[in-house]
Amino acid sequence: MKPLLIKNGRVVDPASKLDARRDILLEDGRLAAVEAKIERAGAEVFDAANLVVAPGFIDMHVHLREPGKESAETIQSGARAAAAGGFTAVACMPNTQPANDTALVTRYILAQAAQAGGARVYPIGAVTKNLAGEELAELESLRAAGAVAFSDDGHPVWNSRILRRALEYAAALNLAVIDHCEDPQLAAGGVMHEGDCALRLGLRGIPALAEELPVTRNVVMAALAGGHIHLAHLSTRGALEVVRRAKRAGVRVTCEVTPHHFTLTDEACREYDTRAKMNPPLRTADDVTALVEGLADGTVDAIASDHAPHTPTEKQADFESAPFGVIGLETAVALALDKLFHASKITLPRLVELFSANPARILGVEGGQLKVGAPADLTVLDLERKWTYRAAEGVSKSRNSPFDGWSFRGAAAATIVAGVLVFRR
Amino acid sequence: MAARKVVARLSQPHLLGIEPLSIEDIELVLATAQKYQTRTAHETRPVSRNDLLAGKSLVLAFFEPSTRTRISFELAADRLGMDVVNLALEASSVQKGESLLDTVKTLVAMRPDALVIRHQASGVPQFLARHTSVPILNAGDGLHEHPTQALLDALTIRDHKGRLDNLKVAILGDILHSRVARSNIHLLSKFGARIALGGPPPLVPKGFEKLAPGVTVCHELDQALAAADVVMMLRVQLERQREPLFASPAEYARHYCLTTERLARAQPDAIVMHPGPFLRGIDIAGEVADSSRSVIPHQVENGVAVRMALLELLAGGAS
Ligand SMILES: [Zn+2]
Ligand SMILES: [Zn+2]
Repeated sequence: MKPLLIKNGRVVDPASKLDARRDILLEDGRLAAVEAKIERAGAEVFDAANLVVAPGFIDMHVHLREPGKESAETIQSGARAAAAGGFTAVACMPNTQPANDTALVTRYILAQAAQAGGARVYPIGAVTKNLAGEELAELESLRAAGAVAFSDDGHPVWNSRILRRALEYAAALNLAVIDHCEDPQLAAGGVMHEGDCALRLGLRGIPALAEELPVTRNVVMAALAGGHIHLAHLSTRGALEVVRRAKRAGVRVTCEVTPHHFTLTDEACREYDTRAKMNPPLRTADDVTALVEGLADGTVDAIASDHAPHTPTEKQADFESAPFGVIGLETAVALALDKLFHASKITLPRLVELFSANPARILGVEGGQLKVGAPADLTVLDLERKWTYRAAEGVSKSRNSPFDGWSFRGAAAATIVAGVLVFRR
Repeated sequence: MAARKVVARLSQPHLLGIEPLSIEDIELVLATAQKYQTRTAHETRPVSRNDLLAGKSLVLAFFEPSTRTRISFELAADRLGMDVVNLALEASSVQKGESLLDTVKTLVAMRPDALVIRHQASGVPQFLARHTSVPILNAGDGLHEHPTQALLDALTIRDHKGRLDNLKVAILGDILHSRVARSNIHLLSKFGARIALGGPPPLVPKGFEKLAPGVTVCHELDQALAAADVVMMLRVQLERQREPLFASPAEYARHYCLTTERLARAQPDAIVMHPGPFLRGIDIAGEVADSSRSVIPHQVENGVAVRMALLELLAGGAS
């Protein structure tokens, strides 16, 4: 395979504090050089003039639905949708059918991913058998097979005793436990954020408290068990406040926020639009402000899409019966560029860090920085590109996006995985 | 009162709720209903029949059991000469796992002139209205709205009080789980009434004050009742509560049942309303329900008149 030479790009690499015009040479799947001017006979040249070149973006929270629900998404369609959204890697949650609670399923996912084309796929193993929250899954075997973290996402690890044991294992295995923070009793029956909008629509609410209580428990638990806990898709001001304090106190806690939570409020449910139904639910304008502040000040470590595909038939139901979840792989980067960077809420290096260096560190995977010898995974951004997202024309098999028809300033221009251009706009 | 614009047709193709209606829409429904009334505050009248909607058909799709609202719609349609198809949904494809949308698309393919829907999930009429042009009349969706009830209540209040503005209306009981309360709040607020909500704290959240202008939440029943012109009781929605929100019906009755003593806090000429079916001795004392203050039977009669008006206005176009 020919070496790939990326010329004239603005190279942004937060890990090495680099933000300057550089050429990058990719060879044999690895990053071979980052220098002011590189000439290389026989290399394929990618002209990145007026573009930003960053370490490969990693979406650390997606649902690929394979095995079990291939009508909504497959590993292949998901990996390609990821590439089309600017991601060089995704970490997929274990709530498939069967759940990824054994090494067998982990190996199956990796085998499918190897043939998928598009982004790399890192499996996340279950914390408990069948995500039932009762008995620990085979954590050590999952890790040996290639799991990069443990989570029961879709459900919280509600049994505190199980969570404690999982954190103890995870600490020894040097992996994070990712918790979907939801108090099952407080959230029971809820279909959207508990607030004025839910009251008006006559829909049962999921209070902010249902997230904030388990967040509090989790940081106390992580401090005790010594393991690394990562909090998935935080959505409320109170939850971020708990994380901010815990970080100050030195607890090994990290967290992520989704683009839909930093962009939309519960008002998006106003017409009973099932595309605005997800869990945790869209919160208030004040929560959105707090999430953006947390993204800027370092409280939030990563932006993750929580890409959750559902078939049109499933989502074409009344609001109460429709399943939770929205797709996000193909809009996440554009939303961050448009709503955070162009809105002057965060700097470009910070945005890059939220998508690359930080998720790589949390998952303990290679990448996330542009040092020689690192995997040749790059995300190329066109900061000024104006475009309109049409879910029906998306690469994902599913269409359940609340951003269908939205216009954005900024897009992923190209995605390079292991030195191969897997997507170019 | 300032003169209002008189309109000849509704601004909406469906009746999904009170919230989207204009005051003119509501006035039009009430004015149309007046000609079908079998009783006013002062007189009873013979049942009015005509063949205004002869040859037209109405489908009643009640996904949630109901007797009174269904029968009221049946009578209304019958008095206008409409054919009524009463869907026994328990026996239909809903049981076979067919999607709600597919079931309704099948109904619509039979070309009814209007579709009356009651469903246990909030938002179902809105959802279906996006997929059909057949006029949909919401006969109650989840906890959201029950617009025909609010319209018949408005007609009843106006019969007895002569107005909808400059009134204090106390709405008492399980507000949280009540679509009747939400629809009445929207309607009365549009006309400038003062609305006092009362009941057990978890059933009357403070957030209701933001639902519409003029709403106050009082957890003391006496405070809500003070000087009220209209007292609207709600049924305890035991089947819609998914958790115990009070200790027992007896405990509820002790503190929230409308008794003669409690009613004494209201205006001496206050009327008492209830959407029914009421729980005697739990949400309303028998002697109050049976007293001359109670306009409950009048509400039932106005229900038919209001539904006739709505059918005329929504299904009356050329078919
Ligand atoms: Zn989750
Ligand atoms: Zn998830």
